[in-house]
Amino acid sequence: MFTSVDDVSARLAETGYLASPAVATTVFLADRLGKPLLVEGPAGVGKTELAKAVAQVAQARLVRLQCYEGVDESRALYEWNHAKQLLRISAGRGESWDETRTDIFTEEFLLPRPLLTAIRGDEPTVLLIDETDKADVEMEGLLLEVLSDFQVTVPELGTVTATRRPFVVLTSNAGRELSEALRRRCLFLHIGFPEEELERRIVRLKVPGLGQALTESVVRVVGALRAMDLRKVPSVAETIDWARTLLALGAGALDETVVKDTLGVILKHQDDIQKAAAKLNLDAL
Amino acid sequence: MTAVADRITGLVGALRAHGVRIGTGETVDAARAVEALGLADRELLREGLAATLLHGPGQRAVFDPVFDLYFPRGVGGPDGAPADREALRDRLAQALAADDRAAMARLASEAVDALGGYGNSPGSDGFSAYQTLDRLRPQTLLARVRADVRGQEGGGAGFADRLLDDEIRSRIEEFRRLVGAEARRRVAERRGRDEIARRGVRPTADRVDFLFANRDQLTELRRAVQPLARKLATRLAARRRRAARGTVDLRRTLRSSLSTGGVPMRPVLRRRRPVRPELVLLCDVSGSVSGFSDFTMLLVQALHDQFSKVRVFAFVNRLDEVTGLLDHGRADPDGLGARIRAEATLTGWHGSSDYGLALGEFTERYGGAVGPRTTVFVLGDARTNMSDPNLNAVRELARRARRVYWLNPEPSNRWGTGDSAAPAYAELVEMHECRTARQLSALIARLLPV
Repeated sequence: MFTSVDDVSARLAETGYLASPAVATTVFLADRLGKPLLVEGPAGVGKTELAKAVAQVAQARLVRLQCYEGVDESRALYEWNHAKQLLRISAGRGESWDETRTDIFTEEFLLPRPLLTAIRGDEPTVLLIDETDKADVEMEGLLLEVLSDFQVTVPELGTVTATRRPFVVLTSNAGRELSEALRRRCLFLHIGFPEEELERRIVRLKVPGLGQALTESVVRVVGALRAMDLRKVPSVAETIDWARTLLALGAGALDETVVKDTLGVILKHQDDIQKAAAKLNLDAL
Repeated sequence: MTAVADRITGLVGALRAHGVRIGTGETVDAARAVEALGLADRELLREGLAATLLHGPGQRAVFDPVFDLYFPRGVGGPDGAPADREALRDRLAQALAADDRAAMARLASEAVDALGGYGNSPGSDGFSAYQTLDRLRPQTLLARVRADVRGQEGGGAGFADRLLDDEIRSRIEEFRRLVGAEARRRVAERRGRDEIARRGVRPTADRVDFLFANRDQLTELRRAVQPLARKLATRLAARRRRAARGTVDLRRTLRSSLSTGGVPMRPVLRRRRPVRPELVLLCDVSGSVSGFSDFTMLLVQALHDQFSKVRVFAFVNRLDEVTGLLDHGRADPDGLGARIRAEATLTGWHGSSDYGLALGEFTERYGGAVGPRTTVFVLGDARTNMSDPNLNAVRELARRARRVYWLNPEPSNRWGTGDSAAPAYAELVEMHECRTARQLSALIARLLPV
């Protein structure tokens, strides 16, 4: 898919995703070694976006499995279409049992769910397993077979093996410690907050109308806030929101009033706002 | 390729010695990654090895210094004559003002070479980061760098200018880190890489001994409280779900079997009464163990929504309730210890800890806080400074509470040495060794009532 690490960054950048060297290297390796990619990091740094960008670059279809508490085999893997099977049985009256039995467990009556869909396709595929930490531990066991051998066993049909390995991205917010077995099968990538230079480029790309000096100050202030001990530190998504807000307000430069009025865009807790105000020497809010 | 393979296996060995669990499969993957990436770009190599070998973000803090040792930027000292101190300071000030990372790395290497060397006979000589920084004193450059930056920008009118001091401080911190890495590399060339990788690299924060942790490490630990609490909460919830399944209720199974002609088709499970566990924490906050107590208090407070009631008491030789000081939102973790010592009455006539007196005061004044649904945690090293351990108070506590656990931050082989009354207390209540954050979280997950 990719020829070199620089190739990865260049092509991701074309889709509007600016990758740090760590991200580009790991994506390159995941493609080369054919291993799934486990992405962790705080909310709003672009974990899901990465999968979408890779799909766009590779011109692959994106299959997404959103995990939640209680997601199970029939939601993730496959399910038999019971209603259709019943219809088939009642339509084929007069048939012998053997004929019916072999007929109702065929592809026609199978409802493929994301994991099976991703494995069966012939076209290039990016499989995104989003918020893996939300799923139960049992679900991880299911993923192990899929991720190590890229195959799924359906008892009535046999084992389906991928003809073309999908590019797999798992994301996690570290709400729960994922099992060691799952981690061992994946390449691990932690996306943290970007370096100042990279974040400036991101803001410039996403909010092109914002002036050079203002962009620089926005990134510096957000960087200072991240160094503080806050309940919810601002993420890249918040930086972009703030930049958009400032653009909409038509602010030419940061000053006390503007910052005071818009601090709520980047900080989501009242005590965080107060702490930040003290840090930035704003008058009491 | 064999030389590279040796490097990789050496790196893996050093990481394993620091508690990072790496299997052979991952080592092979790492080698394949090196093959795919080539050795030309060191930073790509670093990211590639990290992606294949590591499993969690906390391990990165160990990985980076170890990587620097096994795949160093260069060998030997810098070329040219050793620079003198004033010239180094001038150039460092320029690099800091421009935030030029490459120049800072070069300066770190020159500074260690010129100022860090000690000893002169082979075997006992080496390079010291501490000595380098002590002679160079980069922290005193702050005012000069600030003036430089303001001069370039012209007046410093911008809003973000008020952040300048902090930014410069963090650049200086970065330089100190570079000097540390450089000194380690130079020493490793003399003494052998494997030894330095095992001894000279700091362990991850959750494996640092509470009693020996320095201020930075304690701050780092405090930041880990929230994520750790979230993990423990999900683990507790899972335990609660499992526990709710209960055992077979024989009487009701037989009763319901009457409807199927006396054949018990469906076992009826015993319902568990929903209990609301209560938690009481008794924390020794005297100097010797305060790091441990602070951390545990914050952790338990972060878990408060898992319990109907959490009460926290602190003591040195007198005891006072501090639950209010830990309130959510109010608790500024950094100043917590200082605030507790300032606002609560913890000491009587002297300042050293006295378990007997404090425990006696607890049973006397707050005896009502402990009931049959209460689990009590006592945190402390059980060093009574030769005074009476007051075993009766502990016996009384153990009788009234549902469970009493004692978490001791000292290694178990030192219990009972000197003025430690640990063995006497351990006979009455369950005592656990709890030296690191990792041990603590394992214990909490196991011992907390559900």
